[in-house]
Amino acid sequence: MSIIIDEKTRLIVQGITGNEGLFHTRQMVEYGTKIVGGVTPGKGGQSVDNIPVFNTVAAAAKETGANTSVIFVPPAFSADAVMEAADAGLKTIVCMTEGIPTLDMMQVKLYLKGKNINLVGPNTPGIISPGKCKIGVMAGYIHKQGSIGLISRSGTLTYEAVDFLTKNGFGQSTCIGIGGDPIIGLNFVDLLALFEKDRQTKAVVLIGEIGGTQEEEAAEFHKKRMKKPVVAFIAGKTAPPGRRMGHAGAIISGGSGTAAQKIKTLEKAGIPVVDYPELIPGELKKILRK
Amino acid sequence: MKIHEYQAKQIMRNYNIPVPKGGVADTADAARDVAAGMGGNVFVVKAQVHAGGRGKGGGIKTAKTPAEAGTLAKAMIGSKLVTPQTGAEGKTVNKVLVEEGVDIAHEIYLGIAVDRANECPVIIASSEGGMDIETLAKTSPEKIIKEKVDFSVGLRAFQLGKIAFALNLDAALRKQATQIISALYKLFVEKDCSLAEINPLVITKGGQMIALDAKLNFDDNGLYRHKDVVEMRDIQEEEPLEVEASKHNLNYIKLDGNVGCMVNGAGLAMATMDVIKLAGGEPANFLDVGGGATTEMVKNAMRILVSDPKVKAVFINIFGGILRCDTLAKGLVEAIAEVEVKFPLVIRMEGTNVEIGRKILKESGLKLIVAATMKEAAAKVIAEVRH
Repeated sequence: MSIIIDEKTRLIVQGITGNEGLFHTRQMVEYGTKIVGGVTPGKGGQSVDNIPVFNTVAAAAKETGANTSVIFVPPAFSADAVMEAADAGLKTIVCMTEGIPTLDMMQVKLYLKGKNINLVGPNTPGIISPGKCKIGVMAGYIHKQGSIGLISRSGTLTYEAVDFLTKNGFGQSTCIGIGGDPIIGLNFVDLLALFEKDRQTKAVVLIGEIGGTQEEEAAEFHKKRMKKPVVAFIAGKTAPPGRRMGHAGAIISGGSGTAAQKIKTLEKAGIPVVDYPELIPGELKKILRK
Repeated sequence: MKIHEYQAKQIMRNYNIPVPKGGVADTADAARDVAAGMGGNVFVVKAQVHAGGRGKGGGIKTAKTPAEAGTLAKAMIGSKLVTPQTGAEGKTVNKVLVEEGVDIAHEIYLGIAVDRANECPVIIASSEGGMDIETLAKTSPEKIIKEKVDFSVGLRAFQLGKIAFALNLDAALRKQATQIISALYKLFVEKDCSLAEINPLVITKGGQMIALDAKLNFDDNGLYRHKDVVEMRDIQEEEPLEVEASKHNLNYIKLDGNVGCMVNGAGLAMATMDVIKLAGGEPANFLDVGGGATTEMVKNAMRILVSDPKVKAVFINIFGGILRCDTLAKGLVEAIAEVEVKFPLVIRMEGTNVEIGRKILKESGLKLIVAATMKEAAAKVIAEVRH
């Protein structure tokens, strides 16, 4: 087991003929991800590394039996790309794009309502179930299959954590970047719920940062509905208020969304929060020994 | 992105939101002329800086004659305004807004923001205007009205009614309030705002509602479709190094400390600042060179760090993923060699091929201090600063 993606995932790449799309398509294929098609409007009928390209997601889904899509298209077209994938019946959509306007994401979320779709991102490094399937831009080879679930709002900070886990003998069930934007698809709570049910996962690492209230909601969920242990790291203790720290969603506004508040709430809910990412494996050892 | 009050009022005027008569001026003479052109016997001179709390810092003053307005403007323009939001060094005033005085009977708060948890716009209002909403939220949260907007149908008439009645307004004022709230909502959506605020929205003694102050912040991700808004950007209001960094697509925020940092990835960059602080230092900046940390980005980043006179040492924190550490190390060495660096550099590199990467750094001939962990690197960089 693992969550959201596995060896049965059949992926199409929206924006497969772009620079980023093509580079990462090759990286994903190399990792073993089953990419069954690509979409670039106007380039239907062509192929890329023997992967057929279609004009529309609907056509790609119909011809290939895809169940998942990854989006590598510019911000102005990304909201539409997510809706197109949803319309074509794909059940998991991973949106890599950074820079989608917040109001566009509000529309996307309304469009997805009631459709039972897993949206990962936007502005995410992607999702990987090690040894089974990789969708996104993370380096596959730092991961190892195992029993730790990982959820994060960040990119390189996640790779750091994964690297420490792997080097300390902790493999991963699924690692997922939920995205650095203010409005995203699957959130911490959705994923904690999935990890709680996943038999492969024994513990979860949660990497949060300033802005919003997701960490607080995760703490509440863990306290009330979760038996599996969670270890957390929160970035942004020294971030000044009112400034966007790289990620559009990483901003302390109106005195809320501070790291101190999040750490306090998580610890109160029984989730240990480490000071350095490199301390995550040690904390996991402690918890799993109990 | 932020704009000035006078620019926000220009936009609001286009949406038929009543604002006081007035004009912007960058000299004392121009300020006097604006006042003379309006007529009347009370004028307000308001410093135009991107910071709140201007009244407390002496940035809002009233005059009885156009000549006095000119004198006030003369004192403000070119001076440093210190408010609770500017920090101790203050902000230079380059322009003032000169407006007609308004007879205030009552002050209301009106704002529209993004409700992240509910993924929708939210209208925030209070009959206690004038003070800042965060303070009010702490002292009397029951006085704040919040109305979430279902984005699929937009702001509905019944919601306008709910807000207007909750504000305890009489029929004539309710009519004005609903017109203003719905216009502000239209503006918020059409211009991709992240915050649209009128504080205070005043009721005059004559029973008119008017936006006495105006604040509009915009979603940076939406700016590509608003050239008119982008043209309002005032780079004089921004930290010069941040302006320079933004030209090179670097995510850079200047802070007050003396330990510079350069990191690939925003989350890791925040974590790096945190460990510097945890180890007893003060970060000089937030700087994300992008996940890939290309040689070009690193070079530009080094130039920014070199330009900050406060920086005494730099902590370079890089994780090599798709771009492995050996490639990254070569790029770093090339970039550092090209930019004249006078302070010590502590590099902590982790990821794939890290041993080869560290070897390249150590054998580069450059004076680099290589550390294995973030904790060790933070301790080393702070030791260098205290040296």
